[in-house]
Amino acid sequence: MTFWTFQILNGVSFGMLLFLLAAGLSLIYGLMRILNLAHGSYYILGAYVALSVGRATGSLVLAAVAGTAAGVVLGIVMERVFLRRVPRDELPQALLTFGFLLILGDLSLWIWGGTPQTLPRPEWLSTSVRLGTLHFPAYRLFVIAVGVVVGVGLWLLQEHTRLGAMLRAAIDDPEIARTVGIRVPVLTTGVFAFGAGLAALGGIMGGPLLGVYPGADFEVLLLAFVVVIIGGLGSLKGAFVGGLVVGLLDNFGKALFPEFALFTIFAPMAIILAVRPTGLFGVR
Amino acid sequence: MTRTLGVVASAIALAGLPLALTSYQLGLLTKMLIFAVFAMSLNLILGYAGLPSLGHAAYFGMGAYTVGLLALRATDNFWLDFGAGVLAAGITAALFGLLALRTQGSYLLMITLALAQVVWGIAFGWRGFTGGDDGLPGIRRPAAGLPVSLDDGMRFYYFALLVFTAVTVVLLVLIRSPFGRALVGIRECERRMEVLGYDTWRYKYVAFVIAGVLAGVAGNLFVYFNGFVSPAYLSILFSATALIMVILGGAGTLVGPALGSAVIIFLENVVSAHTERWPLVLGAIYVALVLFAPDGLVGLARRLAARAAPAPGRPA
Repeated sequence: MTFWTFQILNGVSFGMLLFLLAAGLSLIYGLMRILNLAHGSYYILGAYVALSVGRATGSLVLAAVAGTAAGVVLGIVMERVFLRRVPRDELPQALLTFGFLLILGDLSLWIWGGTPQTLPRPEWLSTSVRLGTLHFPAYRLFVIAVGVVVGVGLWLLQEHTRLGAMLRAAIDDPEIARTVGIRVPVLTTGVFAFGAGLAALGGIMGGPLLGVYPGADFEVLLLAFVVVIIGGLGSLKGAFVGGLVVGLLDNFGKALFPEFALFTIFAPMAIILAVRPTGLFGVR
Repeated sequence: MTRTLGVVASAIALAGLPLALTSYQLGLLTKMLIFAVFAMSLNLILGYAGLPSLGHAAYFGMGAYTVGLLALRATDNFWLDFGAGVLAAGITAALFGLLALRTQGSYLLMITLALAQVVWGIAFGWRGFTGGDDGLPGIRRPAAGLPVSLDDGMRFYYFALLVFTAVTVVLLVLIRSPFGRALVGIRECERRMEVLGYDTWRYKYVAFVIAGVLAGVAGNLFVYFNGFVSPAYLSILFSATALIMVILGGAGTLVGPALGSAVIIFLENVVSAHTERWPLVLGAIYVALVLFAPDGLVGLARRLAARAAPAPGRPA
């Protein structure tokens, strides 16, 4: 009983981290049809910058703000300076963002070294919360709470605000959106920056649980891909549901069949592909 | 005429070069040939049929692991091992093609990548069978079933050259055939080909499987070349390397990918001799290529040539 409860808790908290990553990947795809292979780089960059700023200032809040800002700035530069000059075609975009994945990965290795590092967690979250007879680590509950707040916030933003309506219009038909006066290029940069910031936040939140190390960018990128393949590209709901599914599958796979842990994620993905190639809630 | 001369000249150069090279340089040249085969196999689907893949290493690695496992645990008969490696790559491609070709564009990129990751996951996780992260060392070059042993670097080079030539001829015949023309038609406008009565899915599927088989051939060669196989052979890095070689050389040209392979492997060798930052340089190559030479070196050369010799009747 205890085993299952804890595995579910771990799976859900990991799923929320994956949601933070996949939400940006999915929104960027929905608006720009760009498959951003550098999305995992924002994750490690956020974690590394937070680590350094945390060490220098001793403030975890400053660390989190700086890490997220690093992701946002990088996202803006990539979108404004580079992606805008490339034809809107999946292959050049994939190659360009893969180039960034290599560059940022190697730069991080250069600056922060190859040893895996763990981010500190705040004092007040280092305890455990008692629910009935069980003690839950407070940090994991915090991660779940942040995921849910971000998810609900994004949903409210997209469905119930003017900005959200503009965003939905631009996703459906960028040409028409422009003719009715929506500034799609500004929106595009905004979404890219926001998505990159969310991924960086994912890295900062995940840092105390998973650590940050060279190659983590590839790992989380692949998991985020599985999330959006299952949930469907371009859909927030898909990113949320897919994140939960993959988080739980990954956790149970690792606990029950350690040698085939990756298989427990990829096999359901293959089944979903066979039945619904665009995922559960995908656009096009 | 110039083309025939070019082919003859490069054939003489490739056949005669080993006599002038050190054994290290010869190894580098062999590696270029192997990756040329890998890149050319991807070019069949990417350049001619317009199907991008970020998981082509799956078939390369599948061939390599099959050869490695058989050579270590069963038999060192060349024909059995090599045949099984190619078959395993083909079966994998036939299976993955069924799933991947239901999609296109970004989804196709993502799905080929994720499927390749399945194979990578098995090779990485199943320590008892595949050696896990450490891979399988100590794979010897084939001894049985061949008239001469391939242990010697020079002989192995000529063997790789033979395979490279055979693959080039196969691709040339394919591309010039009605099948190849139909692939180009699908790349340019799939809808129109459908209207003309082509079963486009079948054409794409057959091309996908052939590309997988030829990638398997390259994987087989590479495992014999290195005497070693590891999950890296199945990684996204290998898949992306094939992709950059094709684009760098020029997608949809027969020799482009071979040129791309030569350039990338040469640069890797030069840069790695001076600094540990090869991934950084490689990443910069990706970015620069997309920004400044999106149609590759062959396209860049054509553009420069067109500028140097303006069309008659137009002022220079």
